[in-house]
Amino acid sequence: MKVIQIKPSELDAGLEKLESACRLIGPVKEKSYHLFKTLEPDQKPDLAYINTRLSAKSVLYPQSEVMFEFSLDKNDDQYAILKEPEKDRTPRAVIGIRPCDADAYEVCRRNFDTEEYKDPYWLKNYEATTLVGLACSNPCPTCFCTSAGSGPFSDRNLDILLVDNGDGYLARIITDKGEKLAASAGWNTEAGSDAEAAIEKKCGEAESKIKSSVAADNLEKHSLIDLYEAESAIWEPEGFACINCGTCTYACPTCWCFDVQDETYGKSGVRMRNWDSCMYPLFSLHASGHNPRDTKIARVRQRFMHKLKYYVDKYEKGIQCTGCGRCVRLCPVSIDIRRVCNKMNSYDPETCRCEVASG
Amino acid sequence: MTTYTQKIREISKRLLQEGRVDMVIGFARGSVPMINQPAFATHSADADRFVWDGNCGINLANYVTGRQETIGIVAKGCDARNLAVHIVENKIRRDQLYIIGVPCMGMTDRHKLTAAVAGEIESVDEDESGKTVTVSGDGFSETFNRAEMLQENCMLCMHRNPVLFDEMIADPVPEQTDEDIDRYGAVRRVENMNPEEKWDYFDDLLSDCIRCYACRNACPLCYCPTCFVDESKPQWVGKSIDPADIRIFHFLRAYHCAGRCTDCGACVRSCPMGINVRALTKKLEKDCLEYFGWEAGLTTEQRPPLDTYKPDDPEQFIK
Repeated sequence: MKVIQIKPSELDAGLEKLESACRLIGPVKEKSYHLFKTLEPDQKPDLAYINTRLSAKSVLYPQSEVMFEFSLDKNDDQYAILKEPEKDRTPRAVIGIRPCDADAYEVCRRNFDTEEYKDPYWLKNYEATTLVGLACSNPCPTCFCTSAGSGPFSDRNLDILLVDNGDGYLARIITDKGEKLAASAGWNTEAGSDAEAAIEKKCGEAESKIKSSVAADNLEKHSLIDLYEAESAIWEPEGFACINCGTCTYACPTCWCFDVQDETYGKSGVRMRNWDSCMYPLFSLHASGHNPRDTKIARVRQRFMHKLKYYVDKYEKGIQCTGCGRCVRLCPVSIDIRRVCNKMNSYDPETCRCEVASG
Repeated sequence: MTTYTQKIREISKRLLQEGRVDMVIGFARGSVPMINQPAFATHSADADRFVWDGNCGINLANYVTGRQETIGIVAKGCDARNLAVHIVENKIRRDQLYIIGVPCMGMTDRHKLTAAVAGEIESVDEDESGKTVTVSGDGFSETFNRAEMLQENCMLCMHRNPVLFDEMIADPVPEQTDEDIDRYGAVRRVENMNPEEKWDYFDDLLSDCIRCYACRNACPLCYCPTCFVDESKPQWVGKSIDPADIRIFHFLRAYHCAGRCTDCGACVRSCPMGINVRALTKKLEKDCLEYFGWEAGLTTEQRPPLDTYKPDDPEQFIK
């Protein structure tokens, strides 16, 4: 892998060149927080940002997305035929995505891209996207990526990794897609032979700044039923405070659930999908009126069992979390996935106790 | 604030030891700064987890809805008012509650504190007198006048002392009056806008909403078994982030709260996007005060004005 040196002026000049070749998406500040947006002409991504309020999930998987359009006009020869609308699948690049959010795409991909099912919407967006990551030199107190299968310099799911070196960036070119993007941007000054070592040094420094972690090594070994039934040790104390809002699931880069809805207006309509949340009673309401998860404790359990047990067992690739910490920061009642994970990991079904206190 | 914490623990332990209540609901320290966690104790030993400081902004009345136990509940001014609303609306019986009243000097605004410093806040400390709040993080520590860092609803609060309680943990704190504060300045500013400005204002106000429903779910008034936005047979409201659906949710929810809202601010505090949801409910509070001379939650003897019918109603349309 080669490393390129990009000076601040070259970064801007390169982005300007890229503007004509592809759509650029990057972190921008609106009101009091950052979010990912398609950049306006001449708008620059704010690479001094810490992290976006919500994750980069929506770049590939918008909160609301039209899948089909249809006519309800009986005189229309296309009456009641579901037709896919035209969509922009032209190349785009995300500039400055954090490694945890890029690693979350890999987690989502296990769901959206299987041998049995291929989600065309997510996959086409994914394939059209080049990911230019921005290494985290100053992780937040709530970050625990290093124990959640990611890391401040994780580049497994990036095409290019940018590392701030004080005077511009060192850019590690990881994939062919990254190579092509760097070429179109005119970023071609090879960094010196010590660049890799410099990146590794910075990586070590950043990793040492991560102060919190989760222990997940026992999750796979635990019996699913034991964890499910750990009401008094885990689910009741953890679920008590929960208000059952969807903040954690909507902020999460790896929560992928959606709901399909038809909406009609006059004689036309759309079939769309919208993010859904397992925190909502409607999520599991049957047409009969029966709701198998009709208490908030059951819904809290579902969220954590999905991320920290069902997913772990099904994919054998660790937990469904990359440690971005957004749910920890944004939960209005301080329900902390780190504590829940540590409780689940340390749960002893014999004594019905966890090593971690309820807090 | 440590004396408050000690007193809350002491009373909770006594109530649990004496068997006066089945459980006490209060606040435990959150795992991140500025967000304490609603928590319960069923044994006196558990009461040591209770704390009190400026991060107890969630309304605990939300946690007693429909419960069957006898409950000791830690209640600041607004929580106590919402307990009164709950009692009037038959969501809990007065004799099920032992209200541990907390004279409150307001809750600090986590959005404001976050915006006031450049770094990531790792800890928040309040001095015992309640005059200052100090936020610290990696390489910084800044002290602010606490009164300036309060949630807006707390700055405008006129009922800091619980109106309904069984025991107070401290002497009452001084109340603010209309001479000290302008409760409805922000509402008047919107009232005075022309239609176009109003449209833009509300458009902007709700533009960040992601429909997580944190505002609704943090609200003690929103206890409907099925909220109108969650009805599926028939479905009243679309599920996407279409601005029309978002507005319908917020406007209708606000109207459901008219005459019942105590301006506790739990909605704003909970919103992950920092939307000032109170802009809607504060207007309805003002209208209820002006038209009916009514403030929610000050009595358990009277139903809210929009929840009553009087044969001698002065308005013709209702007869």
